[in-house]
Amino acid sequence: MKNQDINIDKEYKYGFTTDIESIRSPKGLNEDTIKFISNIKKEPKWMLEWRLKAFNRLQSLKEPNWQKPKYPKINYQDLYYYSAPKSASEKPKSLDEIDPKILETYKKLGIPLVEQQRLNGIAVDAVFDSVSVATTFKDELTKKGIIFCSISEAIQEHPDLVKKYLGSVIPLSDHYFATLNSAVFTDGSFVYIPPNTRCPMELSTYFRINASETGQFERTLIIADKGSYVSYLEGCTAPMRDENQLHAANVELIALDDAEIKYSTVQNWYPGDKNGVGGIYNFVTKRGACRGKNSKISWTQVETGSAITWKYPSCILQGDNSVGEFYSIAITNNYQKADTGTKMIHLGKNTKSKIISKGISAGNADNTYRGLVDINKKATNSRNYTQCDSLLMGNKCGAHTVPYIKNKNSTSTIEHEATTTKINEEQLYYCNQRGLDQEEAVSLIVNGFCKEVLQQLPMEFAVEAQKLVAISLEGSVG
Amino acid sequence: MLKIKNLKATINEKLILKGLDLDIKPGEVHAIMGPNGSGKSTLANVLSGKNGYEIEGEISFNGTDLNDLKIEERAQKGIFLAFQYPLEIPGVNTNNFLRTSLNSVRKARGEKELDTLTFLKLIKEKAKELNIDEKFLSRQLNVGFSGGEKKKNEILQMKLLEPKLSILDETDSGLDIDALRIVADGVNSYKNKKNAFLIITHYQRLLDYIKPDFIHVLSAGKIIKTGNADLGEQLEKTGYANLS
Repeated sequence: MKNQDINIDKEYKYGFTTDIESIRSPKGLNEDTIKFISNIKKEPKWMLEWRLKAFNRLQSLKEPNWQKPKYPKINYQDLYYYSAPKSASEKPKSLDEIDPKILETYKKLGIPLVEQQRLNGIAVDAVFDSVSVATTFKDELTKKGIIFCSISEAIQEHPDLVKKYLGSVIPLSDHYFATLNSAVFTDGSFVYIPPNTRCPMELSTYFRINASETGQFERTLIIADKGSYVSYLEGCTAPMRDENQLHAANVELIALDDAEIKYSTVQNWYPGDKNGVGGIYNFVTKRGACRGKNSKISWTQVETGSAITWKYPSCILQGDNSVGEFYSIAITNNYQKADTGTKMIHLGKNTKSKIISKGISAGNADNTYRGLVDINKKATNSRNYTQCDSLLMGNKCGAHTVPYIKNKNSTSTIEHEATTTKINEEQLYYCNQRGLDQEEAVSLIVNGFCKEVLQQLPMEFAVEAQKLVAISLEGSVG
Repeated sequence: MLKIKNLKATINEKLILKGLDLDIKPGEVHAIMGPNGSGKSTLANVLSGKNGYEIEGEISFNGTDLNDLKIEERAQKGIFLAFQYPLEIPGVNTNNFLRTSLNSVRKARGEKELDTLTFLKLIKEKAKELNIDEKFLSRQLNVGFSGGEKKKNEILQMKLLEPKLSILDETDSGLDIDALRIVADGVNSYKNKKNAFLIITHYQRLLDYIKPDFIHVLSAGKIIKTGNADLGEQLEKTGYANLS
């Protein structure tokens, strides 16, 4: 009998570097850096003041350390906070003006921006290090009154909307990383959907880290006005490097009366090598406010990359009858670590939330689900359903579930279910006996395990995500 | 087709098969009977290549040494095991599983993989032959299936994959008389001069429907008696205890 010996170490497909001349801020975190960023973006004064206020606030905040994955101290003075391709210093007006090297990069990543123009269905904002380099389908969207552009552009062109909503879900004085982001954020996407409008296509942002020793501080703001609907997707990749790079993003969503936002993430930052060297620290604050009645925010995340993933996409259910959802797949292999989950804060009456979390651990990895369900006194007749499933592969990985549940009224219902299973040798045997090899069998079983979450993704991405799930676990069953 | 010589199998340092010989030719139906713990299921596991056994002796299948092959390679070469306890795989659609399985086998045989439409047409046909409701094909694999449904699903897979050697491991256990008949009809309709069956069972019951050419009695890891179909009836009356 042959033991199934699987040790194919698939290279991280997106680990290449684009050799391009860039403009950088001086190293270090200080007022000058912030002024540099604000200046190079030609920001209005109010924006600089906002940033400096955040920077001041940051001085009195400490980095949190309650999370399960620990990491070596980050030297914030040794990082670059802004890096942009020189060719993008004046934002190109059309795709023809974009540096061919950048176009080539996105093409290699599977996002052909030029062809994208001709394809129907998905509008893309492409963020390269600290700047947005292109946004497609803008004209078509503008006809419907939809604004889809980089946050930098929105600060210039739509200051009223930005002033009204920026920081309204993640305030300036939140936690350390969120406040750091408020001080030094560089680019990200801005979306505004006018009342009673259904966005006719998927909107998506593709984040790429290219420069070394650089942190990426993405800021995204999405507003769905009354009775509108939008589905938004983000993807992320980075080159393979020995250093750990910081990605500290803030994403704010606002849904007004009867509006719905569906936000999907396929996170595939460089995870580090087999021995845990290098990889992205993905420390992200994502929060949505269901501000209006009958509004809905749905987060779906497929987290397969990063050395450490630390994020809790959350919903604040303010409006009566509002709905929050969180669907998550977190896969950790080798020495990757994840501490992720959600917060569902029920404030309005008859609010509903649903949490489906699938954690998969392989190799020496560690995976934690951490979540809060908080039903306030006035949130009468509210409901939460939580399901946390963990799948372990091998004997060296870990899975942890840390649910926090607070219910402050007697008319609400909370359900919590959790399971932990090991990938079943008998199931693998059964699949093998039907002619499937080990990799196919693992992929089939794991995709089955994740199905409830995968089916939340927009069609075009569900297939990609399924493949990604399989690739992330390659070599994990011996 | 299958030649086994002096096969010994050990698991967890315990010797289960203690020198077993068996020769199966195309077109033949062999039944293995024997008391609990005699090594019947071990034989099925070892032939399919299940991990965890230490093997001594020869097993050759159409001239290939099976000991060199992985589980899936044996399956691709035409060895099919109908499980005594078919596994449930949550979240995996039955149709999707069957198609993936069939295409792996077809690919290995150098045949073209089937597209979804052609596959669906084929599977519907096969399901109908076994009296299987189409709805059952869109359910999660074996999840919430009754014992009878699971066993019928095994026979469906057998007919779909068209193996050369089909090993039925106590397929009759837990079946009511109607399901037993359907399963037996499924086997009989697939039986031809080119393929062979190894039927592992406790009871004569299944052999009333599928007539074996040979019956072997397995006891304490060895075949102690071989006979024709009449041996089964005799065993039913006298039990295993009187054989030595």
